[in-house]
Amino acid sequence: MLKRLFSYFKKYRKDLYIGMVCVVFESVFELVIPLIMADIIDVGVVRRDTAYIYRKSLVMGVCALISLGLGACYARFSARAGEGFGTELREAEYRRVQGYSFSNLDHFSTPSLITRLTSDITILQNAICNGLRPIVRGPTMLLMGLAMSILMSPKLAVVFLTAIPILGCSLYLILKKLGPLYASMQKALDHVNAIIQENLIAIRTVKSYVRGDGECRKFGAVNERFRRASERSFHYAVLILPCFQAVMYATIVCILWFGGNMIAVGSLQVGKLTGFLSYVLQILNSLMMIANVFLMLSRSMTSTERIFEVLDEKPAIADGPGRAPVERGSVDFDHVYFKYRPDAREYVLSDICLHIEEGSTVGIIGGTGSAKSSLVQLIPRLYDVSSGTLRVSGRDVREYSLARLRDAVGVVLQKNILFSGTIRENLLWGNEKATREDLDWACRIACADEFLSRFPQGYDTDLGQGGVNVSGGQKQRLCIARALLKRPKILILDDSTSAVDAATEARIRDSLKRELGGMTKIMVTQRLNSIRDADQIVVLENGRINETGTHGQLLAHNPIYRDIYELQEKGAAV
Amino acid sequence: MPRTMHHEKPKNLRGTLRFLGRYLGKHRAALTAVCLLTAASAAANVYGTYLLKPIINRYIIPRDLAGLARGLLFMGAVYLAGVLATHCYTQLMVKVAQQTVQEMRDDLFRKVQSLPLSFFDANTHGEIMSRFTNDIDTIAEALNNSFTVLIHSLVIIVGTFAVLILLNAELFGIVMVAFLLMFLFIRYSAKQSHRYFSSQQEYLGNLDGYIEEMVEGQKIVQIFNHGEKDFEQFSKRNNRLFQAATKALTYSGLMIPVVVSISYFNYALSACVGALFAIAGKIDLGSLASYLVYVRQTAMPINQFSQQANFVLAALAGAERIQQIVQKPPEADDGDVTLVNVRKAEGGKLEVADRKTGRWGWLVPQGDGSKKLLPLRGDVRFRNVVFGYEPGDTVLKGIDLYAKPGQKIAFVGSTGAGKTTIANLITRFYDVDSGTITYDGIDVRRIRKDDLRRSVAVVLQDTHLFTGTIADNIRFGNPEAGMDQIVEAARLANADSFIRRLPDGYDTVLSGDGANLSQGQRQLLSIARAAVSDPPVLILDEATSSVDTHTEKLIESGMDRLMEGRTVFVIAHRLSTVRNAKAILVLEHGAVLERGSHDELVARKGRYYRLYTGQSELA
Repeated sequence: MLKRLFSYFKKYRKDLYIGMVCVVFESVFELVIPLIMADIIDVGVVRRDTAYIYRKSLVMGVCALISLGLGACYARFSARAGEGFGTELREAEYRRVQGYSFSNLDHFSTPSLITRLTSDITILQNAICNGLRPIVRGPTMLLMGLAMSILMSPKLAVVFLTAIPILGCSLYLILKKLGPLYASMQKALDHVNAIIQENLIAIRTVKSYVRGDGECRKFGAVNERFRRASERSFHYAVLILPCFQAVMYATIVCILWFGGNMIAVGSLQVGKLTGFLSYVLQILNSLMMIANVFLMLSRSMTSTERIFEVLDEKPAIADGPGRAPVERGSVDFDHVYFKYRPDAREYVLSDICLHIEEGSTVGIIGGTGSAKSSLVQLIPRLYDVSSGTLRVSGRDVREYSLARLRDAVGVVLQKNILFSGTIRENLLWGNEKATREDLDWACRIACADEFLSRFPQGYDTDLGQGGVNVSGGQKQRLCIARALLKRPKILILDDSTSAVDAATEARIRDSLKRELGGMTKIMVTQRLNSIRDADQIVVLENGRINETGTHGQLLAHNPIYRDIYELQEKGAAV
Repeated sequence: MPRTMHHEKPKNLRGTLRFLGRYLGKHRAALTAVCLLTAASAAANVYGTYLLKPIINRYIIPRDLAGLARGLLFMGAVYLAGVLATHCYTQLMVKVAQQTVQEMRDDLFRKVQSLPLSFFDANTHGEIMSRFTNDIDTIAEALNNSFTVLIHSLVIIVGTFAVLILLNAELFGIVMVAFLLMFLFIRYSAKQSHRYFSSQQEYLGNLDGYIEEMVEGQKIVQIFNHGEKDFEQFSKRNNRLFQAATKALTYSGLMIPVVVSISYFNYALSACVGALFAIAGKIDLGSLASYLVYVRQTAMPINQFSQQANFVLAALAGAERIQQIVQKPPEADDGDVTLVNVRKAEGGKLEVADRKTGRWGWLVPQGDGSKKLLPLRGDVRFRNVVFGYEPGDTVLKGIDLYAKPGQKIAFVGSTGAGKTTIANLITRFYDVDSGTITYDGIDVRRIRKDDLRRSVAVVLQDTHLFTGTIADNIRFGNPEAGMDQIVEAARLANADSFIRRLPDGYDTVLSGDGANLSQGQRQLLSIARAAVSDPPVLILDEATSSVDTHTEKLIESGMDRLMEGRTVFVIAHRLSTVRNAKAILVLEHGAVLERGSHDELVARKGRYYRLYTGQSELA
């Protein structure tokens, strides 16, 4: 996993290496300084050589300056590398999500996907940025300190060589124990957050059923579990500090004892002993640094895993090889079966056989859950059929490139979205190069012109995030205009005029017929009136085609159709 | 993460501390112990280093090995005490910290649950969520870590200074100068980097906002082959963040090397001057050695102290934000009229029942302390009701309406005409600005809120499902409902057939707000939830907007059976939904335009007629 993370430093590898080299040298200087200090005491003071003391002090000052320069360099380069890492990782993840098909998007829910692209990246990046320095400095200090102390006094170094494995082992044991504990803590935290989020969204439901107390109890239980999980983790995590202190203090005492003995027999000077003592701190500190980095990384592990899940998700739909454009707007379903997940027990659509002539108007009608939307979403390959073939213009949809296919098939979804920006910017999604005439044309057909002319700023009206500044019916008409600007061969309206009144809807239908006679129009609707005049009406029931025919034919003998008809005729026009 | 919340400060420090004190006060004994143990651990550290001098001077230089052994034994004992103190305070603090934040989280949750809806209108979910996550996390982190580190490093700094003065007051002057330099630099750089960090935060917010919008609209992006263009936009923002963040990080990264090299200069200077002092006989070798070890140690606690102080300030700022929520007054409820189950006693008189009887009554306290029992009939009246969500923006402009017991009343009107507002006022999610609403002749403000809401089931257009099984979600309407009641309610809502087709039927676990169900199916579930609660009054607010007309018809007949003789309010866009209502109210711009049955309204040839015949539009 670390190796994989490392690959996102690619573009900033140079910065990373320079930064690391700076840290290495900075650490070297830090270790050299006590050495010089030892000289000052052992040589300078003992020989009462003031010139020597001055000289050595100057060298120390220069060392400090160089180390400052190195530190500054490190700050610059490592910042670039660390931030570059986050930038690259975020970009890779975003790219990945763009390649997702609808079923991939369904797999992760939208809020979870957003967290994975935003705060998870921030958490991981912070861990890495804060970890870069210690992860280089730690081992460097460790090695250098060891080398120096062995050079100074091989005998005393034995104390280090005993202390390091002891500390190393205990840190390793603690970290090993902590990994799974942190994971279960994170899981408990996810539960806590999920309940909070759920309750925030559903606050009106909770209040109107007076379930506040019940929800508080539920939350209390989850919160309690989280506290227990965190206490368990932190009980281990904080063991690191006393462990470290114990080993460090023991080392100091041992060095003093053995050092004192060596001085007694004259094989060591006092200055060397004090120099040696400062290495105790440095070397053991470096082990702590390494341990802390791992501690930090293991806490950000959940975020890392979540990011990798996004990166590892295989796009369910592979781009087709063909470059040929879609020539005509005919659609053929040939024994099509479909289910959303391969492991689902039942098919959503079963044995669909349907021929749609170019330029014809097709209505699709059926009850809640009869898979009307699923049927039409197969045409632009928003999902792939599970078995059978679906042909557009006589060719299997999987043979077209996705871009070509989706350019030819305009879809207005049931749950449609406008983006923040002006109306013009949103319409241009359909066709970047659309002229003012094109916009006028599309809005006229979609009957959006009537309300647009009432907006003082016309096309330049700002929609606000999610198109909050227009009403539901207006939004739907803008979405239709946006799809029309693509000038598609096939237009699919998936219940996309539900908030438009009947009269306006009839006008939209008329102008579609008049101006875009050659375009295939497929309409999914609950309103029978919208599809009365269609060339072909498909009645769906439980994912199967119950019958196809014209209004007259179906009315004559199809019981489902007649049922809907009577209900709506007796009901209201809307 | 700590890095992103540098240099935040609470505005009202005293109030925030008092707020925290309420939680920490319960752990007073433990916290006192933690403080003492932390100080002990730090003192052991400082004192141990201080012992170096006598050990070197008294035993090592005179080569007194027996004395050395004794000295080291004492030193070891001091250190051992230090380690034990460390172990105790860290473990204690974990308990205190976790219990404190648990309690805080519980309180915050309870509080948020009790706040009026206007609070949720004024604050986005993201903002409230951030109190629970970011703010509580920083407080937990500060308690877990910063609190003790702060005490520890403070004791070490003070102790070190004291020892340095004891060892050699003249040499200490040098340290003081270096220390002042460090302090000034840290203060200066904190101010500077604050600027960079806020621009980084701004770009990060901007990028995250963009990602949020694009991920939400990802399906549209794909339909329009818009990916490449968005990616350009994304890259532009991502790169802008990169530039800003690199600057901020470089700046803050400078802090450590600068402080470290100041301490080197300090060390070099102390070594040089110390050596000269030693030659001049002003200081002995042992003192100089331990003096230098101390000097070397000053940089770390100072660094730590300044770092942790920032975290503590950030945590205090977080605590302040939490306090602001906890301080908010909960939904006002001064009602004294309560809802009870009743049954008809012999002689036709009503009496309070202790079990569910399918009949309800109001217990109305009288002036003389006795309670009068009124039957719940479902008579709702609005008299000249004026209401606006925000001052100056009136939504309902003097509405008068009545629903007689057992009537089905429908509201029709454009978005923003005030239909949902009426439902909100009946259940007292909001209070009227002027005018009165009465329920069986009782002002709704006199009825206890919980009882008022228990007497009215509301089914909203946006359905909210909770993590749990389908059965759990239906049971939400009535926690005591048995499985047979749940199935019965699902049948009524026409949800039974699709539930049975799900992999685990009623035990199918819904996750992520029921993302795997269609909008229509979700609506059926929330109708089943209302049905299982068996309410005296029912409000259906666009409850079947995503259900096809055929299914809607079936639900309607089911609900009619359930609600026979009870009052039902229907809010709908689709006119076929409201056609059978006893009375239809056409609302426009916060006023009732027409009232009558379907036939009457059609005959009147007014607004309803035009809507009905498709001549005008409901926005």
